[in-house]
Amino acid sequence: MTIASPQTRQPDSAAPAAMLPTEWRDFFTLTKPRVMTLVIFTAICGVLAAPGHIHPVLGFTAILAISMGAGGSAALNHWWEADLDAGMKRTMNRPLPGGRMRREDARDFGIFLAAVSVGLMGLAIGWLAAGLLLGAIIYYAVIYTMWLKPRTPQNIVIGGGAGAFPPLIGWVAVTGDITAMPLLLFAIIFFWTPPHFWALALFVQSDYAKVGIPMLPVVAGEKVTRHQIMIYTLLLAPIAIAPWVIGGTGWIYGSVAVVLSALFVLLALPVGARMKADGDKMLPEKRLFKYSIVYLFVLFAALVADRVAAYQGWLA
Amino acid sequence: MTPEEETEYRRRQKSRNWVIAGALLFFVVLFYAITIARIGGAS
Repeated sequence: MTIASPQTRQPDSAAPAAMLPTEWRDFFTLTKPRVMTLVIFTAICGVLAAPGHIHPVLGFTAILAISMGAGGSAALNHWWEADLDAGMKRTMNRPLPGGRMRREDARDFGIFLAAVSVGLMGLAIGWLAAGLLLGAIIYYAVIYTMWLKPRTPQNIVIGGGAGAFPPLIGWVAVTGDITAMPLLLFAIIFFWTPPHFWALALFVQSDYAKVGIPMLPVVAGEKVTRHQIMIYTLLLAPIAIAPWVIGGTGWIYGSVAVVLSALFVLLALPVGARMKADGDKMLPEKRLFKYSIVYLFVLFAALVADRVAAYQGWLA
Repeated sequence: MTPEEETEYRRRQKSRNWVIAGALLFFVVLFYAITIARIGGAS
């Protein structure tokens, strides 16, 4: 079993030299547009839910900078993991393993997007938000992708931290300081990621083991994964309700968070308690995975609805 | 390079150039808008 370490990776010059110029669509693919939808959505929620006013143009710029930073990190992830991607069915047709782009082009594109995103955020919004964005990019591209993903089965937990930055940065772009509320939004996505991803990992066969990435279900087994899903769900529930408990939100968010989190725990219980049987259709795991997506979107939508209603004085 | 490859080369180059031109134009407009927004906010 080999992993992509700096010693085993092919040098950039060994990448297939594309004779034709790379299509712009392949550069767009490097930014992982599907992952970007969650980034954009949570960043928008962070901007809209934060107290205070931001000019619509500056709000748009903050979301654009966050999206560009996420795109740049994703491009660096493509660059670093090109060898691994070539060995997995799901990723073997990406621009680099597919031979449609030179490896150094993906690296340069990623660095360029990341640098422009941080510069744009700093100049248009402020340097605290820009610093957080730079931190998020380094966290995902270096700490997660290059360092910890190939080394620990808790890689999903660590990766969740990268996905948790957008609402925090969006919030800070409006307020200019870090308070308990944006940190709680960060924590919600951080603790939501493991049950969301591991529920999927239980019923989808991946090639990660083949390329040496130590995913929890492969390394520690199904039973441990199910227990971890339960643990993170039980941690997520009080954290999701905490914004209401500390007085950061009103009853709209509070009631939605209580109901949604209770349902999350109820759906995670059977997943945590059972084991896969022969011919198992894995319905509880599929249900939990689908619900986790709805959970996050509705929870953040409720947060925005709650805050907008409060700022407009509709709840008074 | 065959004539077909040459045609494809030019097509890709042209489409990339259009995307870059569009992105540059977008950022020119965006920076203008940011400047106006910030000046408005400062006054």
